Amino acid sequence: MRRIYMDANATTPLLPEVLEAMRPWLLERFGNASSIHQHGQQARAAVEHARESVARLLNCRESEIVFTSGGTESDNLALFGLVKPGDHLITSSIEHHAVLHAAERLQERGIDVTFLPVSSEGQVDPDEVRRALRPNTMLISVMMANNETGVIQPVEEIGRIAQEADVWFHTDAVQAAGKLSIDVKALSCDLMSISGHKMHAPQGTGVLYVRRGTRIEPLFYGGAHERQRRAGTENVAGIVGLGKAAEMAGDALRDGTMERVAALRDRLEQGILARVEDCAVNGAGVSRVPNTTNLRFDNLEGEALVIAVDLKGLAVSGGSACMSGATEPSHVLTAMGLVSTSARASLRFSLTKLNTEDEIDAALKLVPAAASRLRELAPVNAGTLG
Amino acid sequence: MNYRYNNTIAIAMSGGVDSSTVAAMLKDEGYELVGLTLQLWNQRRLAGHEGMPEHVQGRCCSIDDVYDARRVAETLGIPYYVVNEQERFERDVVRPFVSEYLAGRTPIPCSLCNNHLKFDQLLVRARQIGADRLATGHYARNEYDPVRNRWILKRPADLTKDQTYFLFGLTQEQLSRTLFPLGSYQKRQVREIAAQHGLALAAKPDSQEICFIPGGDYKQFIDAYLEEQGEEIPDTAGELVTTSGEVIGRHGGIHNFTVGQRKGLGVSSASPLYVLQIDNAAHRVTVGSGAEATAYTVRARQLNWISVPELSGEMRVRVKIRHRHEPASATLRMIGADEAEAAFDEPQRAVTPGQAAVFFDGDEVVGGGWIV
Repeated sequence: MRRIYMDANATTPLLPEVLEAMRPWLLERFGNASSIHQHGQQARAAVEHARESVARLLNCRESEIVFTSGGTESDNLALFGLVKPGDHLITSSIEHHAVLHAAERLQERGIDVTFLPVSSEGQVDPDEVRRALRPNTMLISVMMANNETGVIQPVEEIGRIAQEADVWFHTDAVQAAGKLSIDVKALSCDLMSISGHKMHAPQGTGVLYVRRGTRIEPLFYGGAHERQRRAGTENVAGIVGLGKAAEMAGDALRDGTMERVAALRDRLEQGILARVEDCAVNGAGVSRVPNTTNLRFDNLEGEALVIAVDLKGLAVSGGSACMSGATEPSHVLTAMGLVSTSARASLRFSLTKLNTEDEIDAALKLVPAAASRLRELAPVNAGTLG
Repeated sequence: MNYRYNNTIAIAMSGGVDSSTVAAMLKDEGYELVGLTLQLWNQRRLAGHEGMPEHVQGRCCSIDDVYDARRVAETLGIPYYVVNEQERFERDVVRPFVSEYLAGRTPIPCSLCNNHLKFDQLLVRARQIGADRLATGHYARNEYDPVRNRWILKRPADLTKDQTYFLFGLTQEQLSRTLFPLGSYQKRQVREIAAQHGLALAAKPDSQEICFIPGGDYKQFIDAYLEEQGEEIPDTAGELVTTSGEVIGRHGGIHNFTVGQRKGLGVSSASPLYVLQIDNAAHRVTVGSGAEATAYTVRARQLNWISVPELSGEMRVRVKIRHRHEPASATLRMIGADEAEAAFDEPQRAVTPGQAAVFFDGDEVVGGGWIV
């Protein structure tokens, strides 16, 4: 069966060029980047070369890049590294769980946390950020683009507010990197999280951008790696892969590739809206990253639609998976004011630059057919007995 | 209602040996399979509430069971999904379970779950994702009889594992789309088949208790659930009386009792006392001797007929009034539009409102209803 992948916001495939760049560092060039011998020096050079590539993608200094194990670690490092009991943290109700659950943990440790609401389109209102400021506010953490809706948050304005108030600003840019041009200077952000595997680098790689002069407490203690901000032997091959992927992401942002992805996304979205009744886009009225559309299909169960199309070869997602793998209604859509049945009736299609016109055509056949079958066989609300 | 089915079968996989073996057997027969596990209840949900331990290890819906089911699906090479039905399970099974107890009846959540979740919701899900039929690991037999033009539910070959009591609510449509591949096997054989297929869980112990009540203490569960919901436990404390009306003590609430109960009555007596009746309006619990605890009839409502389209006149049947009850001979007749009465040949102990009365004709399930 032909398999079509439209779940880029969950993970993306490693690009062959990235694997090729990594290969020597998994095999013959196996050195520890901290060793003083030639093996170590080669590995160090590779890590620093990758650091340059990532710094170029974000428009920052190399010394401001901390390599981590991924977006979750980066988010945790930013939050736990900066706030102390008695501080106040402002974040939003639509953050990824890596921020949301970290913030809840901080709350338990005696940090005041404000979870900002969002509009029905899924956007944080900068005025709300301003109003939430307190004398003890230490950090604002608002994501750059939402993972479920793709909605871009007003981070430039929030960055200015943070700067004026002399408060640290962290943005989780995991879903923005590679999809939007990023300039940490223009954003006036102090910390930014990036995940490798959302942009065709391997899983288990990530970055925290830490603006010069931002003192963060490390999560791990050990060696003096990453300028004492992240102890642990560098994942040399992973970092090399991330560097290569960052270069390629920069190219894709400049050479029209992401415009092509946006056009595919728009065709998919318009095509489904035209073919399926009672269907709407969550977050339609605001700017979104080019690859994502979140569609609400009234009167059907999103979880069943995900399974139905997966069995036909199309991978998409709905909600977030709980521990067992069952789907929970999305906290993002609920925060946008969707009732639980509508949140459960929503599906996310997220494209990679590898998706083709052909695959969009196939999805435009599969999805409407599956949706109509589901609606035809809609479960009755009462049971048969009792 | 004998359809032409497609080749795709969904399997309700619990992570236990029975449903896992069903998957292995049907895989051998060449069907396209899809494994589905219902996520019904979060075992950790009531942890730390009134009387509940901090860490609850439940049997059903536990992460371990999902892990087992997923591993079986992977071993057999079949697609597998977890379906979230927690909201519906709470609404259709847990809530009614709690209300029934509070009203002085003794509910059977497994039948409610079969009626509302497994053979209703899950079957619909199966059909929605392209499977015409659903297979489960229940011990029961199910076949189409062209003469009567009906689907017939029968007791399984292994009578010690008979689960037909919990399946009396299945409609003809549901039966026509359901497969019980274990119906002709002994449990011992099922474990052998599982082992032959290299399924690691061949020796996994059977589940016994109510899946969402680990440890089986339903009173503790009800207290914890109501506390979590922010609801008061209604005060149904009242008198314990004998059949002659003599008050012999007081009790702390009618939900602590079930008809036929002998232990934990809170009164001492020379000869054993049994709960005979629970009056939920007066909060009065009537107790009496073993001889008084028997009944000559059982009445049932919300009837479902399986081997017959309806009951006309009298029918000789054997009646099962609880899961572990040896069916008793009786004469069955309708006494209302949706109410049947079975008159036992020999009086039966503990005819308990809230339980099911299931009627058998030989191996066949005639039908059943809820005891009133």
